[in-house]
Amino acid sequence: MLDDLRNGNRRTLARAITQVENRTPAALELLNTLYPYTGNAYLIGVTGAPGTGKSTLVNALTKHIRTQHKTVGIIAVDPTSPFSGGAVLGDRIRMQDLAGDSGIFIRSMASRGQLGGLAQTTADVVRVMDAAGFDYIIIETVGAGQNEVAIATIAYTVIVVDAPGLGDDIQAIKAGTLEIADILVVNKADRPGAENTVRALKTMLTLGHRQQYVAHHGRVMLHSAEAADIDTWEVPVLKTVALESKGMDELFTAIHKHRQHLQSTGQHEKRERQRLESELLDRLQHLLLERFLTEKVSPEQLDGLVRQIVIREIAPAQAASELIGS
Amino acid sequence: MSIRVLVAKVGLDGHDRGAKVIARALRDAGMEVIYTGLQQTPDMIAEAALQEDVQIVGLSILSGAHMTLVPRVLESLKNHELDDVKVIVGGIIPADDVDKLKAIGVKGVFGPGSKTDEIITFIREQVADANA
Ligand SMILES: Nc1nc2c(ncn2[C@@H]2O[C@H](COP(=O)(O)OP(=O)(O)O)[C@@H](O)[C@H]2O)c(=O)[nH]1
Ligand SMILES: [Mg+2]
Repeated sequence: MLDDLRNGNRRTLARAITQVENRTPAALELLNTLYPYTGNAYLIGVTGAPGTGKSTLVNALTKHIRTQHKTVGIIAVDPTSPFSGGAVLGDRIRMQDLAGDSGIFIRSMASRGQLGGLAQTTADVVRVMDAAGFDYIIIETVGAGQNEVAIATIAYTVIVVDAPGLGDDIQAIKAGTLEIADILVVNKADRPGAENTVRALKTMLTLGHRQQYVAHHGRVMLHSAEAADIDTWEVPVLKTVALESKGMDELFTAIHKHRQHLQSTGQHEKRERQRLESELLDRLQHLLLERFLTEKVSPEQLDGLVRQIVIREIAPAQAASELIGS
Repeated sequence: MSIRVLVAKVGLDGHDRGAKVIARALRDAGMEVIYTGLQQTPDMIAEAALQEDVQIVGLSILSGAHMTLVPRVLESLKNHELDDVKVIVGGIIPADDVDKLKAIGVKGVFGPGSKTDEIITFIREQVADANA
């Protein structure tokens, strides 16, 4: 399977992604064997409110990247319905221009309601595409709370998309979204009000201070930057008309500049280290708990302890310590 | 494991209300529906089916051109080595043509009067058969 994947077999790639999404044992094994072949793609996150034109932008940006003969993998995540567990994934509608190009692979993904898990599943799907050899991997997600923070932990450059005419003054950008942006895009610049949106965003940028997120499995740690660590990157605010492929040259240049900034300041390496350390610790935590619960504690014992906690006989923390000690 | 379905509109007729209704009904039945929009060519459909790794392709055709379009979609799927992907067709299709479509490999044909429940049950059975 790994050979087929690395030789560009698209069917194998598609099936491997399904396995990873379903977290099958075969997928876990594949992820282990392909890991040495990852780390080569450049990862770009695109997030923002619904309807701002993210998918249209991904379409236009990808066409631009293809003029430079680089290959692009796209992962478009849409929310799963909390009521049925199903989803309508419609991002491909805006990416029709990309059909018939073997240098592009588009995969739609439902969030499947895994808050923290989405980050890990997406990171794993990214690794499969990475091992398949794509130069760029673009991840589109709807900016709605935890998800966009989750992308920030996966992507090297995060583009937050806004558009005029979506909300009141301060458009659709929510607090928390601005902080994760490496590049801000005001799309639909053909519409009235684009200048106002640009101005509003620039004001918000000067008010806020950038924070650096490190996270995995939805566990977000906010590193208050130490003096030497302060990221000096100045977030540009760019105007685009994705529908007409306008502004893509400037956007791609900004992505490239950010990439160089991360490299030259050592941030890239540092962030990668933090990301992977955090993933290792998360996985360790998960495995240890699983092992402990299967080997050391019977369900009856656990049940009895919970009952004692409920009737206030023992505190949760004390119960945990006693279990570990036993 | 979620059932993944591609819902595509083939041909040149211009509206996709019916296809969208089906897409939402399948979502409400817990399926992941990849919706690709209007005027899909057979090759675009096969390519999307491959990348999205769907078990089912649902074609919506209202133009009356089903006897030319559906065989082309089936052929394109075959060219992409997607023989195991099951194709169902929705639209206004005369009884004679229904038989012809089934003879060339279409698994199910659903006319305008079909209940969405019927389609959902059919898809679940088809996927269960494939996994059996
Ligand atoms: N006027 C205008 N409309 C756009 C532009 N980019 C996207 N749109 C439209 O905005 C709508 C939503 O686009 P989509 O890419 O699906 O947004 P998403 O939900 O953020 O992925 C579609 O009708 C697009 O055609 C643009 O630059 N100008
Ligand atoms: Mg979209």
